[in-house]
Amino acid sequence: MVIRKPSDLRYSQVTPKQAYLNRRRFLASSMALGALTTVPAARATTKLNGVGKSPYSTDEKVTPYDAITHYNNFYEFGTDKEDPSRNAGKFVTSPWSVHVEGEVVKPITLDLDALFKIAPLEERIYRHRCVEAWSMVIPWIGYPLNALLKKAEPTSKAKYVAFESYFDRRQMPQGMWAGIAFPYVEGLRLDEAMNPLALLAVGLYGETLPNQDGAPFRLVVPWKYGFKSIKSIVKIRLQEKQPPTTWNIAAANEYGFYSNVNPEVDHPRWSQAKERRISEFSKRNTIKFNGYGDQVASLYAGMDLRKNY
Amino acid sequence: MNRVLSSRWTKAAVFALCLVPLLLLGWRLLGFAIQGWQGYDPNLTADPIAYITHYTGDWTIRFLLITLSVTPLRKLLGLPKLARYRRMLGLFAFFYGFLHLTTWVWLDKFFDPHEMVKDVIKRRFITAGMTAFALMLPLAVTSTAGWVRRLGFERWQRIHRLIYFSALAGVIHYYWLVKSDVRLPLLYGGILLVLMLYRVTIWRRNAPRRRQATSPNTVYLRD
Repeated sequence: MVIRKPSDLRYSQVTPKQAYLNRRRFLASSMALGALTTVPAARATTKLNGVGKSPYSTDEKVTPYDAITHYNNFYEFGTDKEDPSRNAGKFVTSPWSVHVEGEVVKPITLDLDALFKIAPLEERIYRHRCVEAWSMVIPWIGYPLNALLKKAEPTSKAKYVAFESYFDRRQMPQGMWAGIAFPYVEGLRLDEAMNPLALLAVGLYGETLPNQDGAPFRLVVPWKYGFKSIKSIVKIRLQEKQPPTTWNIAAANEYGFYSNVNPEVDHPRWSQAKERRISEFSKRNTIKFNGYGDQVASLYAGMDLRKNY
Repeated sequence: MNRVLSSRWTKAAVFALCLVPLLLLGWRLLGFAIQGWQGYDPNLTADPIAYITHYTGDWTIRFLLITLSVTPLRKLLGLPKLARYRRMLGLFAFFYGFLHLTTWVWLDKFFDPHEMVKDVIKRRFITAGMTAFALMLPLAVTSTAGWVRRLGFERWQRIHRLIYFSALAGVIHYYWLVKSDVRLPLLYGGILLVLMLYRVTIWRRNAPRRRQATSPNTVYLRD
């Protein structure tokens, strides 16, 4: 005898919203010759007001928002470029707290609200060069890293700044396949960190950061390869010793501590001489320090950049 | 089942099926061609050239592995007619490999011979990929019945064992390319390993018999 129990589940409860929305989008786009692909994505971001301009901005053509938000290396959410946009949607970034600690006179703990109020927000349109030989132009919003560091008052022992990303296995289950260790860690020399180009970003395209781009709070170091610009920061530690960095731990011969953009020093497995600007067809030549040599070359005066790659 | 496999229609259907990856890619590019590039396309990602490169490369390795699984499946399932499909599948591996190479030559190197030679020599993952393709080339050329006759089956078969090395070079090419997530190259490598282990087992089992077959005694007996 079969007793049928009426199902008390609705379809919306068994099918994740993202899945059926994707299905609808897929149907819609295939019906329209596969061409109607620019369905606006739901944005979980909020508009940022009172954002100033910056003389450091480039006037190059800005990369489309959809490309910046669907072509990400954020291995905690998967290693495919599209994975972060698919998997980071439910990432909880509020509440959030960031600790500034170590060799500082005044250790600081910032909550989400305080993160936006360290210094006046400004838009910085930067070139972004990935170690994989592609690049973008991104209108970041944030303030100089040195504004935060100055508030903490580094001691005379502070020589390096170590950064750590948020990591939570439950929120980032795809991270276990990344092949690199988490939490993601990065670092800068103190003088690099104090350079006015080093930016702490809280937004892009006039809005707060989408999760896949490192919400709520990330580093942007435009003269270095993208992996130096650590995402979703929870800890900033000033210290005397050079901190370990994630990609250097994973493959020391391929990714150095400095990782300055440099067309003359190839990655062991591929050339760094050229790059593909995302959404452009042909390749362009890569410029040393990603074109920011005037501001940062002096930091490395007398250093062998082939050895300190 | 063998009757179905013998049918002309089945072969035509398999042929059409092998074209699906290409048609799918063409379909996606068609949307792009009609609309113009908006900077991002959910089907082609933000970097369509990288997408096309990976897509065609993926299908090359897949077809190599599918081709290599024909013989084990034929023997294990007792379906001798599967052999009819081996050449076609192998040629599709070559076809997708050719598209993959063309993408690189055209959209990555823009036909610059100097750049290409430099890359092949200097970049080990490109050296491996080029090796994989070069090894497929003689197989594609000698894939016709005429060539089997001209070379004699034994010699033809020996040459066509190059596919093992082509597939191996293809997997190494992929493994050397990825940054840290080696799951897919390892999966392909694992499948190749299983397919090769099967062959090694068969060869070892047959080896003593073959030796016996070529000894003068046996020849005498057979006479």
